[in-house]
Amino acid sequence: MLLPCPYCGPRSSEEFTYLGDASVKRPSPKAAFEKWHEFVHERRNPMGLIREFWQHTGGCRAWLVCERNTVTHEVFNMVPARSATPPGKVKA
Amino acid sequence: MRYSAFSLLAQALTGNRFAKPAWREPEPKPHYDVIIVGGGGHGLASAYYLAKEHGITNVAVLEKDHIGSGNVGRNTTIIRSNYLLEENNPFYEKSLQLWEGLEQDFNFNAMVSQRGVLMLCHSDGQRDAYARRGNAMRLHGVDAELLDRQGVREMVPYLDFDNARFPIYGGLLQRRGGTVRHDAVAWGYARGADSRGVDVIQNCEVKGIRIEHGIVKGVETSRGFIGCNKLGLAAAGHSSHVAKMAGLSLPIESHVLQAFVSEGIKPMIDNVVIFGVGHFYVSQSDKGGLVFGGDLDAYNSYARRGNLPMVEHVMEAGVSMIPALGRVRVLRAWGGIMDMTMDGSPIIGKTHIPNLYLNAGWCYGGFKATPASGFCFAHTIARDQPHELNAAFRLDRFRRGYPIDEAGRGATPNLH
Ligand SMILES: Cc1cc2nc3c(=O)[nH]c(=O)nc-3n(C[C@H](O)[C@H](O)[C@H](O)COP(=O)(O)OP(=O)(O)OC[C@H]3O[C@@H](n4cnc5c(N)ncnc54)[C@H](O)[C@@H]3O)c2cc1C
Ligand SMILES: [Zn+2]
Repeated sequence: MLLPCPYCGPRSSEEFTYLGDASVKRPSPKAAFEKWHEFVHERRNPMGLIREFWQHTGGCRAWLVCERNTVTHEVFNMVPARSATPPGKVKA
Repeated sequence: MRYSAFSLLAQALTGNRFAKPAWREPEPKPHYDVIIVGGGGHGLASAYYLAKEHGITNVAVLEKDHIGSGNVGRNTTIIRSNYLLEENNPFYEKSLQLWEGLEQDFNFNAMVSQRGVLMLCHSDGQRDAYARRGNAMRLHGVDAELLDRQGVREMVPYLDFDNARFPIYGGLLQRRGGTVRHDAVAWGYARGADSRGVDVIQNCEVKGIRIEHGIVKGVETSRGFIGCNKLGLAAAGHSSHVAKMAGLSLPIESHVLQAFVSEGIKPMIDNVVIFGVGHFYVSQSDKGGLVFGGDLDAYNSYARRGNLPMVEHVMEAGVSMIPALGRVRVLRAWGGIMDMTMDGSPIIGKTHIPNLYLNAGWCYGGFKATPASGFCFAHTIARDQPHELNAAFRLDRFRRGYPIDEAGRGATPNLH
């Protein structure tokens, strides 16, 4: 699987470290317990399109958000995490 | 028909002309007492124990593909009960005990082979951790032996003992661990359940769960609606997907795990040997092929195939442990989808819907758990309360703050 790092170009997935679903939103410290439980434990685990965090640890070390299909491993795009749509705004 | 040496001989002498299929291919009935979603090892075992232990025989197992096409037919066949935590250990030990009597119990040759499982250690710290684990096992009445370097050498002389980076210090041995022919487990449970009246329905995909007034009424399938009084989910890697149909959000991510088999070679590896670094485990099948695997690919996936970096990593780990493997050719590689939980331990229990039961989160250790999982899930469904062995595996343990984290890695599914 080649991941298109916006800084380094297409690189093998082994150069990257996976964090997981980027649609998970960290609640405010005052949020209800239930929100924290959802944030820490529950995952949509989609079959199909996922937006996820990767870090290019073996390259530029940037945090990135990748759009990928979990059934076909097709990679659609990869952007710096800071310029990706904030999780709360994403319609998954 | 009961299988025996006599029946084998009779079939052989009559050219199998009177052989009957091992299970029926029934049409789905409109309604069942219990429906199990997923004809993998756990679903079939659950149906078998529902019929055998609880006399509930109006049961259907719905499988979207053919039975054995999921992880039950894709794993590296290792069974063991060398767990550390007190929630896990008695459960896996029960499973091992059920394996020990399984073939007599369901009258099918599953080639249960207690050839011993040896986990290697490569540092003082790792040896201490194994000593602690071995002691925890023995406190639960489970067999465990800590071998020193010489003890390991006598058992498995072909290892690279003086590897510059990962020298072998010793190992933790469970002699009662071993391997089981995985397909035969699916077939044996299917045949045993079928002969007690359970309908094993293949090519029947569950596409929706009908819920009225907070109660499950049945399932929408590719072969129409099928009603039920109780519904049990045992869809392994697809658990999140199926549970979503009932509005459940699970503490699970699906990940791909790969496995490999080599060309057949002369008998070399008599046991199961597990490398203590990088994760690599190997055994030799009765056909002579070396069966081995390693870690997850580590990104979310529903594709039953992985990528090359993990292939390379597994081969590197294998050759570091057994340099002679460098000469062996790999024949086949494949992948399966793992339901990785947030604490690395499974879920068997009730849900917020009174007649919906969940069996999920097997990570990559679910094959060895098959008998106990079916046994406990059947109990939970039949009695509407967990067996004491699965009482800790409840779904709400995450919310309540009681994770069962064997590896101590926290809520990171791909690291368990
Ligand atoms: C490569 C690999 C190596 C492994 N090695 C080991 C090992 O050495 N030891 C060990 O203990 N464990 C091992 N495991 C883990 C073990 O195989 C699994 O945890 C276990 O098999 C999961 O339970 P199961 O048998 O019920 O799963 P499965 O056989 O996957 O059963 C689930 C079934 O549900 C069906 N299904 C899914 N969705 C639907 C639907 N909507 N409708 C109808 N049916 C549906 C699927 O088709 C599938 O047949 C390994 C797994 C893999 C992939
Ligand atoms: Zn980069």
